[in-house]
Amino acid sequence: MLRVENLTKSFGGVAAVSQVSFDVAEGAIHAVIGPNGAGKTTLFNLITGVYAPDCGSIRLRGEEVAGLAPESLARRGVSRTFQNPQVSMNLSAIENVTLGAHLRLNSSLLAGMARWRGLAARDRAAREEAAELLAFVGCGAYVGAEARAMPYGALKRLEIARALAAEPKLLFLDEPAAGLNHTETDEIGGLIGELGRRGVTIVLVEHDMKLVMNVSEHIVVLDYGKKLAEGTPDEVRRNPEVIAAYLGAEHEEA
Amino acid sequence: MTAASPPSPTVASRASRWAFARAPTIVFAAALVVLPLVLPNAYYFDVAIRIAINATLVIALNLLIGYTGQISLGHAAFFGLGAYGSAILVGEFNWPPGAALVASATLVGALAFVVGRAILRLEGQYLAMATLGLGVIASIALSNEVALTGGPDGMSVPDFSLLGLRVVGEKAWYWAFAATLVAAIVLAGNLVDSPAGRALRALHGSETAARAVGVDASAFKIRVFTLSATVAAVMGSLYAHYEGFVTPGLAGFSKSVELVTMVVVGGMASIWGSVLGAALFSLAPELLARFEGYETIAFGVILVATMIFLPRGIAPSLAARLRRKDS
Repeated sequence: MLRVENLTKSFGGVAAVSQVSFDVAEGAIHAVIGPNGAGKTTLFNLITGVYAPDCGSIRLRGEEVAGLAPESLARRGVSRTFQNPQVSMNLSAIENVTLGAHLRLNSSLLAGMARWRGLAARDRAAREEAAELLAFVGCGAYVGAEARAMPYGALKRLEIARALAAEPKLLFLDEPAAGLNHTETDEIGGLIGELGRRGVTIVLVEHDMKLVMNVSEHIVVLDYGKKLAEGTPDEVRRNPEVIAAYLGAEHEEA
Repeated sequence: MTAASPPSPTVASRASRWAFARAPTIVFAAALVVLPLVLPNAYYFDVAIRIAINATLVIALNLLIGYTGQISLGHAAFFGLGAYGSAILVGEFNWPPGAALVASATLVGALAFVVGRAILRLEGQYLAMATLGLGVIASIALSNEVALTGGPDGMSVPDFSLLGLRVVGEKAWYWAFAATLVAAIVLAGNLVDSPAGRALRALHGSETAARAVGVDASAFKIRVFTLSATVAAVMGSLYAHYEGFVTPGLAGFSKSVELVTMVVVGGMASIWGSVLGAALFSLAPELLARFEGYETIAFGVILVATMIFLPRGIAPSLAARLRRKDS
């Protein structure tokens, strides 16, 4: 579905991502892991159009998409969440989620002003779907809330609901469990598993090893911007280089 | 976590919600219909007309500033260019006023589109500077193209007529501007509540998030800028015919600042706030005339007090306060 080849991005001489290649198979849950500063988020931002790569290629179903703007990628079925929730605080929770359906609704200014026939009805349907999605991600209690009144954990879920409202083919989750407690992390894990069962292709960046090992089928390990290893959770867990570079360090911290 | 299922709205509640949502507009329109009965003379009609013109301009500008979060410090340029477009096409070239209005609005809209493409990539103070520059250029051009515009002395504008119907006198114009204002309130309200309006508001809140779900940020900014400028041009054309005279000051920096002040004091991202802000600042010169010589100080005090005590603007702050009392 997605093929990343030799992707490279430097910031002022520091290679944040260097020569990284991997494949994302349709319908599977993938994870990108690595110590802090390994280039995970930069890799995400390259694939989702926030940054343009210095070189390398990103093919989505065979089409070269490297350097395309986020909105162009969204049109191709790519959706994402952010490490620090990016939520419009001037909108209600429902409106933020309904925004995810933007590309499926008539967004012409004139149509909006004239409230063309069918526009209001379709918008209402999208809002009802948004309410269901909020409930699906476990934010049912915030259906009537303003976004600015929501706690951090709920905003992270709201982002997932918004991404799902876009009906993505490929979903990127940037540290969905960051800042969440154990119970919340378990719930997010259950949610990701459920999305995978529904056939959404998922790529996640995550620090929580338990979550990663539980939900993902394929793991890419980054270190200092380079791909260190990849494989199934078991293969990655047993890989001595990974243990040395990452799991070992993690062990010392704990 | 247990997820409460969202309450399913019934048909009855939808109908009552519609009436509830429309009630202020209906009441306001009714008040505009009754108002002429209590306005004693042409002077008061003139004041009402100025409020209506400013209110319509401010609603359109609020779509850009308050809802989308993009500043324009040169919006009077579009108003002035619309006014001069009509003045020149009707006065010099004998165009029918209706056609001149449409042509001016289209030209100004096209100008805003072209300029917007270039400058809406800028952010914050850079966008403010660029729009400010645009305003200054427009008013200089209007002052210097003496052959076409009459220069700083301005030029007179023939009466407005459409399909053989002449609009003359304060009373006739009152109805025209009142109808325009109500239309602006309804259309802007619809827009804000539509998918397009949601996209605009989302850009104000988080451009990153909006783009990630497919909102073409620059396209939407250009569109709302063009829309806002086109409305300003239409109001400029109508104003030119109403006033019967245009001067370069219409496109000037102080007019632009006045419009932005009305948006900020009345209420960012608030349609009724726009009307309130326009009413306050259109009336202020009349009310403050008593303070002779001190009106500028009074003006400044009002502005500073609003910014300190009601930072979101009068209408949204009051609405929030009322809501808090309710709950």
